[in-house]
Amino acid sequence: MSASPTDASPGKRAPTKRLMAPSVLFLLVWMIVPLAMTLYYSFQDYNLMMPDMRGFAGGLSYELLFTDPVFWDALLNTLLLVATCLLVTVVAGLALALLFNRTFVGRGIARTLAISPFFVMPVVTGLIWKYMLLDPVYGLFSWVMRSIGLEPVQWLSSYPLLSVVMMISWEWTPFALLILLTGLQSLPEDQLEAVRLDGANRWQEFRHIVLPHLGQVLYVVIMLESIFFLTSFAEIYATTSGGPGTATTNLPYYIYLSAFFQYDIGLSSAAAIGAVVLANIFAIFLIRFVAGNLNAGSQR
Amino acid sequence: MTASNADRTPGRKAGSGGTALTLLAWLIGIAMFFPIFWVVLTALKTEQTAFSMTPTFIFSPTLESFRSALAQGSGYWHYALNSVITAFGSTLVGLALAIPAAYAMAFFPSRRTDFTLVWMVSTKFIPAVGVLIPVFLVYRSLGLIDTRLGLTMLFTAMNLPIMVWMVYSYFRDIPIDIIEAASIDGAGTAQTMFRVILPLALPGLASTGLLALILAWNESFWSLTMTDYHAATLAVYTASFKSGEGLFWARLSAASVLTIAPIVVLGWFAQRQMVRGLTFGAVK
Repeated sequence: MSASPTDASPGKRAPTKRLMAPSVLFLLVWMIVPLAMTLYYSFQDYNLMMPDMRGFAGGLSYELLFTDPVFWDALLNTLLLVATCLLVTVVAGLALALLFNRTFVGRGIARTLAISPFFVMPVVTGLIWKYMLLDPVYGLFSWVMRSIGLEPVQWLSSYPLLSVVMMISWEWTPFALLILLTGLQSLPEDQLEAVRLDGANRWQEFRHIVLPHLGQVLYVVIMLESIFFLTSFAEIYATTSGGPGTATTNLPYYIYLSAFFQYDIGLSSAAAIGAVVLANIFAIFLIRFVAGNLNAGSQR
Repeated sequence: MTASNADRTPGRKAGSGGTALTLLAWLIGIAMFFPIFWVVLTALKTEQTAFSMTPTFIFSPTLESFRSALAQGSGYWHYALNSVITAFGSTLVGLALAIPAAYAMAFFPSRRTDFTLVWMVSTKFIPAVGVLIPVFLVYRSLGLIDTRLGLTMLFTAMNLPIMVWMVYSYFRDIPIDIIEAASIDGAGTAQTMFRVILPLALPGLASTGLLALILAWNESFWSLTMTDYHAATLAVYTASFKSGEGLFWARLSAASVLTIAPIVVLGWFAQRQMVRGLTFGAVK
């Protein structure tokens, strides 16, 4: 406890660089350096089956990538998956958030039940859906369809992408619900009272107060979910393995296949750069938003 | 104004049609939860009851599937141990890295602080596939493939941006005067951090740890690509049911329940932290 005079002056003397260095270095080594290496490999002719025949390949990998029909399938599937899952989770999440924003008996329990799917491991989500819900003979969906006199559907082979969309939406609607509900609960109460005194009906209240306030929150949900949906992997791995054919091969699964099954480092790296670029389109806006919000709302 | 007192709670008072909406909310809550409930129910059945074209709701429950899922030779314990080691390990390493960084940024901000923080957050948005190939190649040459150490470090990298951000935001809620008072009393950096700030931020640190634990436990991408057996987690174990063994529904369900139950329950308590951490404070 010997007080040295230099320590006594408040503030700037803490070794901030040394305190921050470990985190910065860690992220550099595990994220930034590999990212740069991916970019480097994407210009290399490098196949793990022929490790000695390496060399600079220029844009060859990209050329191969853009002429590979499977890549275009994967890109299309990725975009379809993102768009459909976004539509379902945001619309359903918003409806549920409005529903759960009312006060009613057992609201906390009902809300907790509704958001539970988000905490289920994605691999398990895939298995639950593949077998217990979507199995064409023994699955619950088939039983329901038979009970109402319909022919059961071979979900995973007839509607593979739709099946994956259902799984991901089940998992992520709770996320949208949770965040939109948090947003709703911070609604400016005084403004609501003001329009109610003016005799606004529920639709007007929603249109003029709730929606503008929720706009920001929706924006964040859409950006975050887009980035997460772009990288969906476990649900596909555990259920369809990208098939039948290439019907559910998305970009991450395509990269996984070309790296671990075709051992093509150049091609898979080029595709990985594609995935990073795609994610960045959303991330740039999101990061800007986060940066703008950085110091708002804390005590000092 | 007296009339609007009932409206104090967020949201509108249930008016006409309120009962219907309440019922609807409950129905949807139950429907969303139903697949989880159904897995738990299936896990308590015999294989014959589990595998039937007409779902059975009333049956005499048996723990047989849990017994066989937990039996020696099923491998469950091996995978569970790996999940525990990697999830807790990455959470502890993450906290050890995040706390000093967040401390420096929250209490001794400089012109570059905002940039550093935003840069850290932005690394969270690099898709894992974007770094998969180099990580795999480097890990292979260093002998880190299929090791708990290698996986733990990947989980740490995945969660570190969220953890730094969360710890930072909790530190920012602590008045800066406390630091100044402590340093006037002659406490050094380490003393101030350990004796003054950490106790105050303990609930926030616990929340951060809880979130990191949930995210690491449920992580599947790195487990599936970087491990085979030695360091394989429960994600890999349950994924092995995707073919062949998937025919044993009761056992698959028991294994699934054992895998998800602790985390789903923890998740119930982490709802607020989930919003705070995953949106990086953009939604309050």
